[in-house]
Amino acid sequence: MLNTFVVYVENKPGVLTRVASLFRRRAFNIDSLTVGRTEKPEVSRMTITVDADYDQARRIEANLYKLVNVLLVENITSEPSIVRDLAMIKVAATHEARSHVLELASVFRARVVDVAPESLTIEITGDEDKIDGLLEVLRPYGVLEMVRTGIVAMRRGSKSSVLAAAASTPAPDVDHGDASYSV
Amino acid sequence: MKTGAQIIWECLEREGVKHVFGYPGGAILPAYDALKHSKIHHILVRHEQGATHMADGYARVSGDVGVAVATSGPGATNMVTGIATAMLDSSPIVCITGQVGSKLIGSDAFQETDITGVTLPITKHNYLVTHASEVARTIREAFYVARSGRPGPVLVDITKDAQQTSCEFDWEAAKPQLPGYRPDLSPEPKEYEQALDLIQNAKRPVILAGHGIIISGAMREVRDFAERAGIPVALTLLGLGAFPASHPLNLGMMGMHGEAWVNQAIQEADLLLAFGMRFDDRVTGNLKTYAANAKKIHVEIDPAEINKNVKVDVALVGDLREVLHELLPKIETIDRSEWLDNIDRLKGDSAVRDIQNLPDSGHLYAAHVIHDLWHETRDADTVVVTDVGQHQMWEAQYYKHERPRSLITSGGLGTMGFALPAAIGAKVARPEAEVWVVCGDGGFQMTMPELATIVQENLKVHIAIINNGYLGMVRQWQEFFYEKNYQATPLLNPDFAKLGEAYGIRSMTVSKRSQVVPAVRSARQHDGPVLINFRVEQEDTVYPMVAAGASLHDMIRRPSPLVETADDE
Ligand SMILES: Cc1cc2nc3c(=O)[nH]c(=O)nc-3n(C[C@H](O)[C@H](O)[C@H](O)COP(=O)(O)OP(=O)(O)OC[C@H]3O[C@@H](n4cnc5c(N)ncnc54)[C@H](O)[C@@H]3O)c2cc1C
Ligand SMILES: Cc1ncc(C[n+]2csc(CCOP(=O)(O)OP(=O)(O)O)c2C)c(N)n1
Ligand SMILES: [Mg+2]
Repeated sequence: MLNTFVVYVENKPGVLTRVASLFRRRAFNIDSLTVGRTEKPEVSRMTITVDADYDQARRIEANLYKLVNVLLVENITSEPSIVRDLAMIKVAATHEARSHVLELASVFRARVVDVAPESLTIEITGDEDKIDGLLEVLRPYGVLEMVRTGIVAMRRGSKSSVLAAAASTPAPDVDHGDASYSV
Repeated sequence: MKTGAQIIWECLEREGVKHVFGYPGGAILPAYDALKHSKIHHILVRHEQGATHMADGYARVSGDVGVAVATSGPGATNMVTGIATAMLDSSPIVCITGQVGSKLIGSDAFQETDITGVTLPITKHNYLVTHASEVARTIREAFYVARSGRPGPVLVDITKDAQQTSCEFDWEAAKPQLPGYRPDLSPEPKEYEQALDLIQNAKRPVILAGHGIIISGAMREVRDFAERAGIPVALTLLGLGAFPASHPLNLGMMGMHGEAWVNQAIQEADLLLAFGMRFDDRVTGNLKTYAANAKKIHVEIDPAEINKNVKVDVALVGDLREVLHELLPKIETIDRSEWLDNIDRLKGDSAVRDIQNLPDSGHLYAAHVIHDLWHETRDADTVVVTDVGQHQMWEAQYYKHERPRSLITSGGLGTMGFALPAAIGAKVARPEAEVWVVCGDGGFQMTMPELATIVQENLKVHIAIINNGYLGMVRQWQEFFYEKNYQATPLLNPDFAKLGEAYGIRSMTVSKRSQVVPAVRSARQHDGPVLINFRVEQEDTVYPMVAAGASLHDMIRRPSPLVETADDE
């Protein structure tokens, strides 16, 4: 089962290597790993997806905590969350195919970000299934190049992670109002 | 203003360090230059691996952090084996290495090795320091990380310019900043209740006593617990000494070369209480059949150990001593004499197979040497430091350890060459103790240059070489599992006694049982180090044995005398 971890780490040189090395050493298979800045300059945030059963997932979490630079680990797999991947897809789009490709892009709410005589580059954000879906329908036209960022994830609702909560003013603790919807 | 080099020593002093084990070289020279202003005693080793094992031995006998120092490149890479050894056995050491100038990093400069990269998976944590102003905080953090929680090795790599440049030194301001590091966890009240419930209802419980007891300093608590609850105690190799061998509730060592009755008791148990042990594969045998009918309670400081090898019913994550303090007042005394009698019956069968009870055939067996050594030194404050192999297992079986930190041995990595340097570290940490090295003829030759360190430091370390002319433990595997195909295991050895003499160490050779006690006595009386070359039976075997992958109760046993006669015919 695919597990999604949100991992807060100290923003220091070499921390990414430590995390990656841990997964390699313990023979856990990373499906995707993204890392970026957060609202706090001294903290970076990783989203890591791993194929793991329940026990393995627990061990991954415990092992991540053993890294001195890891601040907080959340397994948000079974929590309501927003998961996004971004892809840029360069499709062969000759004159006749162009309008079909544009149509497909609009159905998937993707954007065209570059137009060239022989190709179109489409940018799409969404969960992985959505991107896989667009890719599937574009393949027959000829995918020349593709890049994906790997997923980033965030819990839904005003309940933020312990770490983020510590920084911001405490949000009122209302459970029922803890739902929000994204487009 | 102080230089980074001066700050290194000042911080070590403030951390309570009195001795460091090291070897100089270009990238660490500024630090060595500043050593003259320090009260710290530097012990010059003969190989950096030796320095790490010494720091490790120092840490294991004292419970304090041991320190090793080396230069960049080859000096640092020579430390790798010692760091990995300390990592697997949770031993707190700090290794300080010099690094090329910060401007040269990444340029393949002379003696540049990415040692923080190399040691990433074998350290608890490591650091690269490129500014003098970072030295103090980093060293403080290194010590804190090494000794807290589950202890382990920490490496601090300091560039040459960070040693040479100066900055303000403010110890107070250089407090550790480790926002993510949480070494002190404790269980939930609900978990305690679940544990107590299992304990109260168990009919056939066994305590599995591990190294964590010694690390936690929970000997007294474990003893109280076992006595109050009437639960017998089995020990891991690294747990030996955590519970007195002579205690009526002591069963002995479990696992691959543990006593047959101990393993049998574990297999028949209905509750296992794992105290500071990590269910190593040498301890469990085949996991599918391991203690199949037992509930399991795991008291362990490292959450990553929970359900790693063996699935447990209750995990109490925290410091063992503190957890036992919580549990103890609630433990009810229960009569479990039926279970204890049952285990006693299992013991009988082993006694007739014991080599000590076999008729004297005139041969010198390693087991005899260990037994006699124990008999002679048991009343003293003795620390035995073993190497890895058959002699290590015989030591574990025949030397009865009453006190914690009286056996120092490489368990998890099984590092040959560990004993001699680790014993040096042990003696430096506890000069008042009587330190014995028990090592094989193979492993001794891996780090024997450290004999010179013993002499240079004038350390009274006793060395017992169990010389069987073989890489004995490997030969044993070849005997059992490779049709006695003794490839690459016979050893052509130097005359160890002459070798010892060449270093100026009083040395002797013993080949008869009757000579063992006199040799040990004369060594103890001698005012200086002594080496004894015990020429023992060459093709002797460590019994019993659980073959790799076999079930814990499925042991290869020493043929009993009766069986032996039948074989002879
Ligand atoms: C040739 C050879 C043969 C061997 N045969 C055997 C054998 O027959 N039997 C055997 O037992 N071993 C044997 N070993 C050793 C084996 O490989 C392991 O090293 C050993 O079993 C580990 O013991 P341990 O789990 O007690 O110690 P460690 O591996 O040191 O584990 C200690 C555990 O305690 C935890 N801990 C630390 N501090 C605390 C604290 N304050 N509170 C709570 N928990 C804490 C740690 O997190 C860790 O999980 C053999 C080794 C060799 C080389
Ligand atoms: C550094 C290292 N290399 C190889 C091994 C594998 N090994 C385990 S025991 C052993 C034999 C040890 O021989 P010796 O030191 O003579 O001790 P004996 O078993 O004969 O008592 C070997 C080679 C090891 N544990 N460590
Ligand atoms: Mg040998």
